[in-house]
Amino acid sequence: MTAPSIVTPAGLSGLACPIPISEYPHVLLAHGGGGRLTHMLIQKLFVAAFANPALAALHDGAVLDVAGGRIAVSTDSFVVTPRFFPGGDIGSLAVHGTVNDLAMCGATPLALTAGFVIEEGLEMEELWRIVQSMQAAAAAAGVAIVAGDTKVVDRGKGDGLFINTTGIGRVADGIGISPGGARPGDLVLINGPIAQHGIAIMSVREGLEFETTLTSDSAALHGLVADLLGAVGPAVHVLRDPTRGGVSSALNEIAEGSRAGIRLDEAAIPIAEEVRGACEILGLDPLYVANEGKVLAIVARESADAALAALRAHPLGRGATAIGEVVEDHPGRVSMRSRIGGTRVVDMLSGEQLPRIC
Amino acid sequence: MRFVDEYRNEAETQAFVRAIHRRVTRPWTLMEICGGQTHTFVKSGIDRMLPDSLTLVHGPGCPVCVTPLEQIDRAIAIARRPEVVFTSFGDMMRVPGSSTDLLSVKAQGGDVRMVYSPLDAVRLAQKHPARQVVFFAVGFETTAPANGMAVWQAAKLGLENFSILCSHVLVPPAMEALLGAPDNLVQGFLAAGHVCTVMGYEEYVPLAAKHRVPIVVTGFEPLDLVQGVHMAIAALEEGRVGVENQYTRAVTREGNRPAQKLLGEVFEVCDRAWRGMGVIPASGYRLRSEFARFDAERRFDVGGIEARESPLCIAGEILKGLKKPHDCAAFGSRCTPEHPLGAPMVSSEGACAAYYQYGGKG
Repeated sequence: MTAPSIVTPAGLSGLACPIPISEYPHVLLAHGGGGRLTHMLIQKLFVAAFANPALAALHDGAVLDVAGGRIAVSTDSFVVTPRFFPGGDIGSLAVHGTVNDLAMCGATPLALTAGFVIEEGLEMEELWRIVQSMQAAAAAAGVAIVAGDTKVVDRGKGDGLFINTTGIGRVADGIGISPGGARPGDLVLINGPIAQHGIAIMSVREGLEFETTLTSDSAALHGLVADLLGAVGPAVHVLRDPTRGGVSSALNEIAEGSRAGIRLDEAAIPIAEEVRGACEILGLDPLYVANEGKVLAIVARESADAALAALRAHPLGRGATAIGEVVEDHPGRVSMRSRIGGTRVVDMLSGEQLPRIC
Repeated sequence: MRFVDEYRNEAETQAFVRAIHRRVTRPWTLMEICGGQTHTFVKSGIDRMLPDSLTLVHGPGCPVCVTPLEQIDRAIAIARRPEVVFTSFGDMMRVPGSSTDLLSVKAQGGDVRMVYSPLDAVRLAQKHPARQVVFFAVGFETTAPANGMAVWQAAKLGLENFSILCSHVLVPPAMEALLGAPDNLVQGFLAAGHVCTVMGYEEYVPLAAKHRVPIVVTGFEPLDLVQGVHMAIAALEEGRVGVENQYTRAVTREGNRPAQKLLGEVFEVCDRAWRGMGVIPASGYRLRSEFARFDAERRFDVGGIEARESPLCIAGEILKGLKKPHDCAAFGSRCTPEHPLGAPMVSSEGACAAYYQYGGKG
C-alpha cells in the first residue's frame, strides 16, 4: 500500500494567518457561498496549511493509489435550511452530495460514513424521518453507510441538524479525469436544465415563499457518469457537479485549472421556464444558482455526439446538451455569447448573490 | 418566456444596432439613468456593438450607489443595537460604510436580516413585539410606494416597534443638477422606465425644454435599450428636443395615480445628500409629520453621524457621467467586489460592478 506522500509545510505553524486579518477579521457567510471568497479561503488557508499532492489537485475528491488500485475519497457537510424542501431533504442531499463528488472523480462509490451534529431539542420524529431518507437514498445509490458519529450541542449552538458524509469509491483503470484536463476544442456538456435546486430551496425559505411546482434536482449521478464513461471513457477530460456557486463558478475553476478559456452560448443553456421566471423576478443570475443533480462534462469534440447519446439514454440525462466549448482565447476565463449576439465575461461569483432592490 | 424573450430577440436587436450605425453622423454622448439599464448594456454586450462615436455614460440611477456614506454608517449604528432587528434588501448588505458593512455586523452578532419586501419587515414587527424592527428604505420613485405602504400599514396596525431609515431619492432633480452643472457632457437621456411607471413622464417635459435635450423613457431589455438609443440618436441628429416614450407597454404620461396618492400621503419632498453629488434641493422623500414616529433616524438619534468618503473612490464622477469605471485608478486593483471602496462596485445596479463582472467596454 502506497500512502499519499505528505509534504509538511515547513514552519507554517509559526506563521501568521494567511488571510490578512485586516481584510477579513471575521468569517462571513460569503466564505461558504461557493464563489471567490470560498475559493480564497480554501486556497490561502486550508490548502496552504494541509498542502499535499492529493489535495493540490483541488478536485471534488482526492484520488489515492492504494494497493495497486486507485481509491477516491471525498467529504461534504450539509447545513441546508429548511431541512425539508421540494424534491428532497438534508438526509437525501447528504448522500447525493458525497456520492456525486466521488462520481466527479470517475469513481464508483463503495461506502459512506455519516457524522451528525444535532442541536438539543430537535424532534426525534424529524431526525428519524431524515435518517430514513438517508437510508433510502443510500440504498437507491447502492452504497452502504458503514460508520457514523453523533454529537449533540446545547440549544442555540447549532441550527437543528448538520450532517457530514465522507465517501470512498474505486476508480477504474483508464479513467483520467482531472480538473485541469480541459483542452481547446473540447465541448462543454450538461445533463439537463440548470438552477433548479437553488430556486426550489428559495421558494420555501422564510420570507420568500412563492408557489411553484418546482422541485430540487437532487440526485445521485454515479450511474449516469458510469454510462458516460462506459461509452466514451478516455474522451471525458473533466467532470464537475456545479453545486454552490453554480455553473459559472465550476467552469471558472475548470478554466483556471486547465489554463484554457471556456466560451458559453447563452441560448444553448437549458433552463426551465419557472426557474427563469423566478430568477428574473429576484434579480438572480441562474448561472450562479446551485444544482444538486447536474454534471458538467468536458469531452473531446469528436466523442461529443456519442457522449450526448449515452447521457440522454439515462433517466437523469434526458435533457443533456452542449452549452459551450473550450477555446484558446482568454485562458483561465469564461465568456459567453449573449442571446442577442453580444459577448460578455462570466466571472466567478463574489460572495453570495443578493436579491436586488428594483 | 413571454414578455422576456420577445425583447431579447437577436434579429430585431441587431436590426436596431445596424440602424443606429446608419443614423449616427457625429459623436454623441447619451446617459442611461438607471443602473439596471447599465447592467443590460454590459451583460448583453450591446456596449460593444454600438458605434465608437457614440458614448454611453452611466447615470445616478442606482439607489444603493447614491445613498451617502453617512447614511450607511447610520444603518450600521442602528443595526448594532441589541434591541434591533435590522432589515434590508439584499443589495445594501455589502455596501461599505466608513469602517464595516451590514453583513459584517451580522457576522459579529447583529440581527441583520435580508427581506424581499418592506411588508415582510412589518410582519416581523408584528411577530416580535419586544424587538425594534427597522427597515432600510432605500430607492427611487419605483420602490417608494411599497415602502410608503409599509409605513401606512404599520400606522394602521398601531405598531410601536416598526420604523424605516428613510433614504428615498427622486430622479428629475438629479437630472436637473446634472444638466445644470458647467461640466455636463450629456446630450440626451434614456430615462428610467420603472420610475416612470409610477410617476409618468409629465415632469420630464419642462426639463427637456429648459435644457434643450431629448429624453427617451426606456425599458430594460436589450431590445428596449437599442430602440431607446435609436430614438435618442434620431432626435439628436434631427435637432429635436422633448420627451418620447419607448416603454409604452408599461409607462403612461400620467403614471400610476393610486401609487402617487399614497406617496403624497406618507412622504413629503425634502433636500437630500447624494453620494459624490452633495445635497440636491428637493431631491428626496422624508416621512410627513403624521408619520414621523416611524422615522428610525429620530427614534435612534443617529442623525448627527457624519462620514468622509474614500479619496480614492470616484463614485461621484461616475454617477454624474463624467468618468467611467475604467478611468478609476483603483478599479479592479484596490477596489474589487471583495474589497469595495465605494457602493458602485457592490450594488447589483452599480456601474463598476457591471464592468468588473461582465467586462464592459473601456
